[in-house]
Amino acid sequence: MMENIEQKLISRINENATPLRIMHVCGTHERTISKYAIRDIISEDVQLLSGPGCPVCVTPVEDIDFAIELARSGKVITSFGDMMRVPGTTESLFDARSDGYDIRMVYSIDDAIKIAKDNPTLEIVFFGIGFETTAPSNAAALLRGVPENFSILTSHKLMPPAMEILTRDTNLDGFLAPGHVSTIIGTEPYDPISEKGFPIVVTGFEALDVLLGIAMVQNQLETGRSCVENAYPRCVNVEGNLKARELLYEVFKKTDSKWRGIGMIENSGLALKKEFEQFDAVNVHADIYKRLHEKKASESDNVDGKNGLYEECICAEILTARAQPSQCPLFGRRCSPEAPVGPCMVSLEGTCYNWYKYRHNKGI
Amino acid sequence: MCIAIPGKITSILNENTATVDIGGIKRKVNLDLIGGADSSLIGKHALVHVGYAISLISDEESEEILKLLRDVMDLS
Repeated sequence: MMENIEQKLISRINENATPLRIMHVCGTHERTISKYAIRDIISEDVQLLSGPGCPVCVTPVEDIDFAIELARSGKVITSFGDMMRVPGTTESLFDARSDGYDIRMVYSIDDAIKIAKDNPTLEIVFFGIGFETTAPSNAAALLRGVPENFSILTSHKLMPPAMEILTRDTNLDGFLAPGHVSTIIGTEPYDPISEKGFPIVVTGFEALDVLLGIAMVQNQLETGRSCVENAYPRCVNVEGNLKARELLYEVFKKTDSKWRGIGMIENSGLALKKEFEQFDAVNVHADIYKRLHEKKASESDNVDGKNGLYEECICAEILTARAQPSQCPLFGRRCSPEAPVGPCMVSLEGTCYNWYKYRHNKGI
Repeated sequence: MCIAIPGKITSILNENTATVDIGGIKRKVNLDLIGGADSSLIGKHALVHVGYAISLISDEESEEILKLLRDVMDLS
């Protein structure tokens, strides 16, 4: 039954195909698109572009360097597994761990808090990354109360401001909006972007969801509309999760934020509010932060980690859909999931990782 | 990272924690982001991300998605 619907959707997309560039901004969408070879079963006219939807990929080098510097100064760094292998200026958290520093993978911020409670003589830093989907859990944890030896290195990003920038800088016709970010923020924050003439469809993560999203974007363009539609009603509604957002903005405030591969984007990040500054790793460990920045300033102006192999890495172009992985001189040669050079090859949600896993060596 | 997995709430452990069955595996999940734990939630499906339920999954989903599919197909 479902296969039949998928087949009908593919026919509907292909029979109506005109040149069209649709961007997704979610690493899990890239995974679905690559895994089910959706680019290969729909018309070449309908291009699916991969945007900056992988949170570890857009985490700036400076934040990774600070986490490593904290570990080197004797603090315990905790973060999600994906973050561990992303290269900073000279090394990743995993590299630092193999040098003997205390860096631990956790599934949830609650695991990191438990480590802090169980080890009152150690100072635990949770490297908080992720989009709107992930940040509310950190807010809820802080509001419940955390031990004094616990702090957060906050590197959260907000998706709509990045989408707004992409409408100006990248040639695209519409978006598949991220289903689980939208679970929290709802569909309204995308309205100003759709009002500029870009159809937006909030989409889930099965092949059927993605095909439906593509057909709905196509449908809007065919009928001369651009609005926000929801193809993931089982998990997303117009207003999103109000409780989660209430907790989020009790603890965090919006701030300008640097995205790896894109640069500074106004109001696209989250900073802890003043009343929570005793849990802000930048504040708690201000001496280490200052020392790192003085050291960086005294070195070259090489702030993007562009040295050695990085010179050839085009992750910045891939994160903004200005290039595809196959155009990178390192892809599949000196950069692979086993030995990643750039962030897009590290994460299960990275564009290069998914192209390597599902397309490389398959003649695609 | 933004992946969230559906699980069925099977028991309430305290005011903000429940046990959720995710494909046969039982996990403790925090319910603060959906307003805390309540016995009326038992049997409902939640979307779980980094140890936290981020929303309840709508029971009326299949009808809504069929309507969207009908709308988009009818135009083809």
